[in-house]
Amino acid sequence: MTMPAQDDLSIAKRIRRFLRDHPLVPLVVLLIALVVILELMRPGIFNERWIGNTIKFAIPLAMLAACQTLTMLTGGIDLSVGIAATISAFVVATQVAILGTPGAIAVSLIPAILIGIANGIGVGLFRVHPLIMTLGTGLIGTGCLQVYQRTVIATGSSVPDILAWLGTGRTFGAPNSLLVFVPMAALIIYALRRTGFGRLLYALGENEDAARLAGVRSWQVILALYALSGLIAGITGLIYVGLIKAPSLSLAVPLLLPSVAAAVIGGTSIFGGRGTYSGTIVGALILTVLTTMLTVLQMPEGSRRILFGLIILAVTAVYVRITEDS
Amino acid sequence: MIRFLRSHYWITGLFAILALLLVITKIIQPEYGASGIDSLARAALPFAFAAAAQTVVVIAGGIDLSIASMMAVTSVTAAVMMDGASEEYAIFVVIFVLCLGALMGTINGLLIVLTRVPDIVVTLAMLFVWEGVALMILKAPGGAAAEWLKGLLVGSLSIPGIPDAVTVWFPKSLILLAVCLMAVWIPFRRSRFGLSVYAIGSNSLAAFRTGVSVNRVKVGAYAMAGLFAAMGGLVLTMSTGIGAPIPGPYLLASVAAVVLGGVVLGGGRGGLLGPIVAVFILRLVRTDLTFLAVDPNITTIVEGTIMVVVVMIGGLLAVRGRRS
Repeated sequence: MTMPAQDDLSIAKRIRRFLRDHPLVPLVVLLIALVVILELMRPGIFNERWIGNTIKFAIPLAMLAACQTLTMLTGGIDLSVGIAATISAFVVATQVAILGTPGAIAVSLIPAILIGIANGIGVGLFRVHPLIMTLGTGLIGTGCLQVYQRTVIATGSSVPDILAWLGTGRTFGAPNSLLVFVPMAALIIYALRRTGFGRLLYALGENEDAARLAGVRSWQVILALYALSGLIAGITGLIYVGLIKAPSLSLAVPLLLPSVAAAVIGGTSIFGGRGTYSGTIVGALILTVLTTMLTVLQMPEGSRRILFGLIILAVTAVYVRITEDS
Repeated sequence: MIRFLRSHYWITGLFAILALLLVITKIIQPEYGASGIDSLARAALPFAFAAAAQTVVVIAGGIDLSIASMMAVTSVTAAVMMDGASEEYAIFVVIFVLCLGALMGTINGLLIVLTRVPDIVVTLAMLFVWEGVALMILKAPGGAAAEWLKGLLVGSLSIPGIPDAVTVWFPKSLILLAVCLMAVWIPFRRSRFGLSVYAIGSNSLAAFRTGVSVNRVKVGAYAMAGLFAAMGGLVLTMSTGIGAPIPGPYLLASVAAVVLGGVVLGGGRGGLLGPIVAVFILRLVRTDLTFLAVDPNITTIVEGTIMVVVVMIGGLLAVRGRRS
């Protein structure tokens, strides 16, 4: 009985419906278009080495954006991931000489998870707005990191070989960080699609009261979610310090706002209940290619930022139009 | 009196904390007096304007992440325009910069309304845009400010008839803050527009059905935030004498002050007084810790902890209130 109605649909409407059902398609098209434009601007840039580099820089961004995607699905946001990643990176670089590589990595993930647990307690149990809670824990984390830096000022810092290998190394042209990223991404995508935990995240974001009435212990889910977000941020910090190789007090902080942007461009609704991690990965790739493009254009810093902001806005606006139910 | 306390318990609590902190400051540093108040007010000025800007938007149910960047744009614009210009020309600059702020806010609001993208995303994108604009106007800190503008912030007013011993406690910067905020806020609260801002913040659908033009009011609220941000930017240029294109720490501070000040994220409730008092509390905590010779980095931890603990208590109270 829907057949005649479908026949009446104009082509434009059909395209709209197709795009709404497959929100990943326009994003991939945009990504390919950007790469083509880049190739036209600077012929020969598109080669194996460039692809490897782009992926290498997109991975930390995509991992931080994973934190944003997961928390946004429940209607939250995690603004403490930038500093959580930085703390892990800094701790591992300063402790490696004392504790050895495995010990340092284990110790460095603890503060990131603690920040996540604090966020989870605040958001889940005390019902604090996630924006405020994660902002506050981020501030506390920043202060703690600065105090910590004073105590280890004499130790010096070095990046463990294994992290440098993970962050910058390549095997057969493919960046080694894929070894961490691919299993993690697969796990997140699988968890969101197929497991109860993933369903709970969508359910909480769609209608928290309904989820609670259906028997979901929301605070437990949220606590686990933010702790997981902290852990992912910590691992990101470890990979990022291997990539940048210079631990500083604001290492991963500049990635924070782009990570939110990557999740939003990837089609995750900031109000919760809608979004996929695969979209976020494409979003992170788009942002990375965009950054390269603006660098290739050799624009002054000011106009580069303006364009960056405007493009984020334009992509999101178009995306909202396409995917919104009309 | 009790009814007043009950309905304004948050503000009363904030004032109590502020008073307590002032007493503590006096105990720590017996010389703390009028000059201390003066420097406190001067340090709090840009934060207070940033908090005011955030307050309006949050009451309207939005959030503006681009406030610090707008302050940077207005600050460098003012500094560049006043560089080498005459003292009288500065009056024109002030008016121009205030209009510029309102214009930037209007653009933010229009983009939110036209694109239907959530506020937080639009203003996040505009954060980059305004930051870029500021960098294009001025690459490195520079420019100048007119002398009379700088003088507006220094020292205290001497009013004939009132002994200096009294006026010295009310530094010019504090009076400037009060005058600027009241000049905008009081007409705002008494107007139909002000009521509409509260209405769309508490329930935009209900507001729409009672005949409020939701989109227009929203743009207005963002324009007002832009105006306050421009005041903040001007104050920055006035106090430092130059314009700096890199946004300061005002975004996080403004959100913190708004939340501490009892304005509910999500909109519809709260006033301007709470956030302003919260700004002074946060600044005073910083001063106290400096007096105590505490590592300035610990100050950041303390600020973050205060913010988190206060909102947690607020959240707990809200949960209790809902149950009973």
